[in-house]
Amino acid sequence: MSFLFTVSPDFTPDHLSGWYIFNTWLQKQTGEPIHLEMYNDFTAQREAIAQNKVNLIYANPYDAAMLVREKGFLPLVKPVGVSDEAIIAVGAANPVDDVAELTPGVKLAFTDDPDVKMMGMIMLEPGDLDAKNMQSLSCDTYVQVAKHLLRGDADVGIFLAEAYDDLSEMIKKQLKILVRSQISVIHHSLMIGPGLLDKREQFQQCLTGMASDEKGAGVLESLGFTSWEKVDDEEMEFMIDLMDTLSV
Amino acid sequence: MINDMKPEDIVGEFKEAALNLFGGMQRKVLYTEIETPYPDGKLIVSTTDPNGVITHVNQSFIEMSGYTEAELIGAPHSILRHPDMPSAAFKDLWDTVKRGEKWQGFVKNLRKDGGYYWVKATVIPNIRKGVVVGYTSVRRKPSRTKVEECRKLYPTLF
Repeated sequence: MSFLFTVSPDFTPDHLSGWYIFNTWLQKQTGEPIHLEMYNDFTAQREAIAQNKVNLIYANPYDAAMLVREKGFLPLVKPVGVSDEAIIAVGAANPVDDVAELTPGVKLAFTDDPDVKMMGMIMLEPGDLDAKNMQSLSCDTYVQVAKHLLRGDADVGIFLAEAYDDLSEMIKKQLKILVRSQISVIHHSLMIGPGLLDKREQFQQCLTGMASDEKGAGVLESLGFTSWEKVDDEEMEFMIDLMDTLSV
Repeated sequence: MINDMKPEDIVGEFKEAALNLFGGMQRKVLYTEIETPYPDGKLIVSTTDPNGVITHVNQSFIEMSGYTEAELIGAPHSILRHPDMPSAAFKDLWDTVKRGEKWQGFVKNLRKDGGYYWVKATVIPNIRKGVVVGYTSVRRKPSRTKVEECRKLYPTLF
């Protein structure tokens, strides 16, 4: 029987093959049979988690809270220097320059990326905007969010900052950033769960030493990371508390 | 322990007030009418022990409060208490978090230089193995509409 590893569906598509390479590397290093399962959306992934199928996950901060509190997962590592940030943008021709100038009734485009949506909604609050007084336009990808803004189907969009920065220059020229979050302490984490918890220390050692191994460094590069650093239990608890405060 | 504010730290014309703080502490504060706008996209984060003594602050907290990290760690959180904030608001905060619930409200905070800044604050108890080990407070940018409402409401609560 192999253990199941999955990645939060909000990963950058450019790094899809990187996760498969990473899984092969991890199996070799730990000697454990691990199957990588990529789910297309959050609903499918959460269903697998609910059915206790998942043993290892690169989780977004929103899901991390549920994984620790309800499913007994513990943190392993996080990528160094990578944090989750959100951007609020409008079309470049939109006369609005500040969130406070947006008016109730505006049409908001977003994805179902939970922590990014939450950060985005927080940044819209100074304009007295909330889910009740905006029209919603749910999108599968950030490229779709951008397209809706360009076409004028949506007035304002919420982006994962990394995804916005990865948009083509041509698209970015037609958009305008109203606000970019600088939160710094919200991040994805690689987490270990039931069935593998007794191997936590071994996994942590492998992963924190990955950057100093020639092959490991190449694998990290394919994920867009430079190295992993250990996340201890208290750091994870702090982030969960932080997410709790932001969810109200 | 909390020190009185010093005139040499204050920027601009100031008024003086004596505050009675939690735990029987008293403090002389000096305050001006200079507002520092809340920085876009940032969160101000701090953690205290169960008695409200600061154990952690982030960079945004340091920048907005005007104090150094060394001045903040170990100080009571009421170092930010502005005389325009009614004590009823803080009583409600403490009553709520002591019940193990989240508190949210709009707060006018006092800077070291006597100026002020408005925040939308959320405070939650940090529960570890069933025990409250402290509180985390996160502030975000408030809407001006809400600030104006509080500006009118708070003086009626004294």
